[in-house]
Amino acid sequence: MTQPRTTRRVIAAALSVGALLVTAACSSGTAASPAASGGASSAAATGADWNEFGPIVYAQGKDTSGNLKDKVDEWNKANPNEQVTFRELSDSADEQRAAMIQRGQAKSGEYTVMSVDVVWTAEFAANGWLTELPADKFPTTGYLKPAVDSATYFNKLYAMPSTSDGALLYYRKDLLDKAGLQPPKTWDEMQAACDKVLPGQSGMSCYGGQFQKYEGLTCNFAEAVNSAGGAVLGEDGKPTVNSADANAGLTWMVNGFKTGMIPKEAITWKEEESRTAFQNSKILFLRNWPYVWNLANAKDSKIAGKFAVAPIPGKNGPGVSTLGGHSYGISPFAKNKGTAMKWINWMLTEENQKKWLQTASSAPVLESLYADAELNKQFPYLATLGESIKNAKPRPKAVKYGDVTLAIQDAAYGAIQNQSAPQAALDGLQTKLQALVK
Amino acid sequence: MVADSPATTNKKKNPLSDGQGTLAAILISPTMAVILFVVGIPILMSLRESVFRKFDTVDPSTGMIPEGETFVGLQNFSDIFNNPTIVPGNWGQIDRLLNAFANTTWFTIVCVLLETVLGVAMALIMAKAFKGQGFVRAAILVPWAIPTVVSAKMWGLIFDADGVMNEVIGHQVLWLADGPQSQWAIIIADVWKTAPFIGLLTLAGLQTIPAEVYEAAKVDGASAWQQFTRITLPMVKPALVVAVLFRTLDTMRMFDLPAAMIGFGKYYVETVSTLAYVENNNLRYGAAAAYSIILFLYIVFVAFLFVRLLGADVVGDEEVKAIAAQRKRQRAAAKAAGRKPELAKTTVTSGSASS
Repeated sequence: MTQPRTTRRVIAAALSVGALLVTAACSSGTAASPAASGGASSAAATGADWNEFGPIVYAQGKDTSGNLKDKVDEWNKANPNEQVTFRELSDSADEQRAAMIQRGQAKSGEYTVMSVDVVWTAEFAANGWLTELPADKFPTTGYLKPAVDSATYFNKLYAMPSTSDGALLYYRKDLLDKAGLQPPKTWDEMQAACDKVLPGQSGMSCYGGQFQKYEGLTCNFAEAVNSAGGAVLGEDGKPTVNSADANAGLTWMVNGFKTGMIPKEAITWKEEESRTAFQNSKILFLRNWPYVWNLANAKDSKIAGKFAVAPIPGKNGPGVSTLGGHSYGISPFAKNKGTAMKWINWMLTEENQKKWLQTASSAPVLESLYADAELNKQFPYLATLGESIKNAKPRPKAVKYGDVTLAIQDAAYGAIQNQSAPQAALDGLQTKLQALVK
Repeated sequence: MVADSPATTNKKKNPLSDGQGTLAAILISPTMAVILFVVGIPILMSLRESVFRKFDTVDPSTGMIPEGETFVGLQNFSDIFNNPTIVPGNWGQIDRLLNAFANTTWFTIVCVLLETVLGVAMALIMAKAFKGQGFVRAAILVPWAIPTVVSAKMWGLIFDADGVMNEVIGHQVLWLADGPQSQWAIIIADVWKTAPFIGLLTLAGLQTIPAEVYEAAKVDGASAWQQFTRITLPMVKPALVVAVLFRTLDTMRMFDLPAAMIGFGKYYVETVSTLAYVENNNLRYGAAAAYSIILFLYIVFVAFLFVRLLGADVVGDEEVKAIAAQRKRQRAAAKAAGRKPELAKTTVTSGSASS
């Protein structure tokens, strides 16, 4: 131990801050991109070679159903020269997106086909990380219109809708039947139903959704605005969120908290918390996704068989759901786009979509399947879901979606906590969106 | 230990060297190479990244974003003042980075303070010899052994609207909503998890205090409190200061608790680390790098203050310290006598410092 004091100091300092440096280093992960190369993106889309066949890689988030591997094996057995390798990504959407963006930034074609969340399409397409899909090779006839719309950017199709998702209104059929009520179609009807049913129920509130400050709040807010006849972004893509209709939507949410129609702890609810509340008879109506059906009907659920679904209510009629789901996108940097095309179209054949619904319970994108009698027997919510998705609207198609959704959450969360009046919150949001969506 | 060697004729540049510098350099070079690759180069790349910005303007006719980055100088740093993003948080309507900075500082001060008090108390208990001592020690150390993300999820359940915490306190606090209460949720979870760390290091310090000192104090009639403030604290201070330093540096880059328990984009619990992550996620690599560097400099500054003001001795080389003190005295004496100082140097030629 005879090193000079200064050296020792340096080492000591280096050691003590060493761990922090990881933080600094993380952010430089993409520093390799060329500086100020300028110019428009090459957008490799235009020159895609659809006649190149060979092995490809398909990347998607965690295969929660566990059935994708069988599907891949089935394809590989039939197409020995065009093998598909399944690359399973994290189950966190953020991490899936980060992994795909890294490949895009590095112009790596490692993932030939990617399962892209509907809200990423604009961002990925604008950055040139998705190949434009020609209509003659990727037919979308018979597909749900909102799903195709969500995969379209600047009037060009950049991804092939693969699964869809829409909101449902779960309600306690036993309680409504006892009161002789039909499921509500409007907010007023829902309130009236609650006024009639709740006095006989202790500790039960009227309605619940997802109001914690996260992506779910964006969905719930957009639904309230759309269901009142407003829109976050207008037809031309310009923000219209401070309109009187949008205000009516947000005001309904805010008043819901004020009057106790929505329990105040709902500001901490995500999907699971709200489902638990519904299963514990804390709310009469629940806005949630189709996944709740199986869980709430499970053996350990206290309300199994006591609930049913309806389309979500709106201001003057049926509500407008927010669209969820995924699409298949093809990396412009990848080889063997011909095989990618074949694989995608094979995965989306009517027969495979049907099987996929049966094995993985994810909603198909072919409209006709929602009317299928056999499937409706197996999934009693299917017809309602089809109706919900048919009327659904995608969330704002913004390149800077991360900023847009946070701005929406800021406005909505502030308003439901009474930190700002609905109109003021929406005016602030309008200003922010105008800067973000240019 | 250190001999006063006035008649030295050593002509080496460094009088503290014992002539094995070259060997030492060769021996540590593999380590230094690794540090260069995993620490040095990433820092330089971060520095470079922080003065660039990715293009993010959409071409209105094609909808495409140009590739690449543009050099923006210090704009990523100066935007805090010139182009602030105002957010509502615990500190009023201020810039998002300043808000994160204030949160980081607030968490650091409160958490470390509580952890130190609790940690020392834990160490005092663990140091006592009593029946079931092993059990108590294990029980105290369990929180420290649980991965932070796991404890974040666990505390998330406890702080749930219908969780244990609200049952215990008897009324409903929405801990996980974005508000001042969520800060306390973070503080409670962090203190629970890391007070044992301070306890553990302090316990190690306590065990080096010889029992004779306490016996002498007892003979002199010192009260328990006097023993604690006059003997225990001063003698455990070197270990305690290092423990507090480590905890401070660790808390300043807090990420996993707010991220896993409360979530991103919650301004009451957003720290500089989580903000950098969010910016990175939104493809603003330049800003993310800039924020990380600001945090890095902040932490270096605090570490420096600790070393300077509290004399945190991370490596702890008694001899070097003694020589430095000796040379200071010699310089002062030489100055007084008006001659060139003869500086002390080490007497150790190999192995570790004598003791």
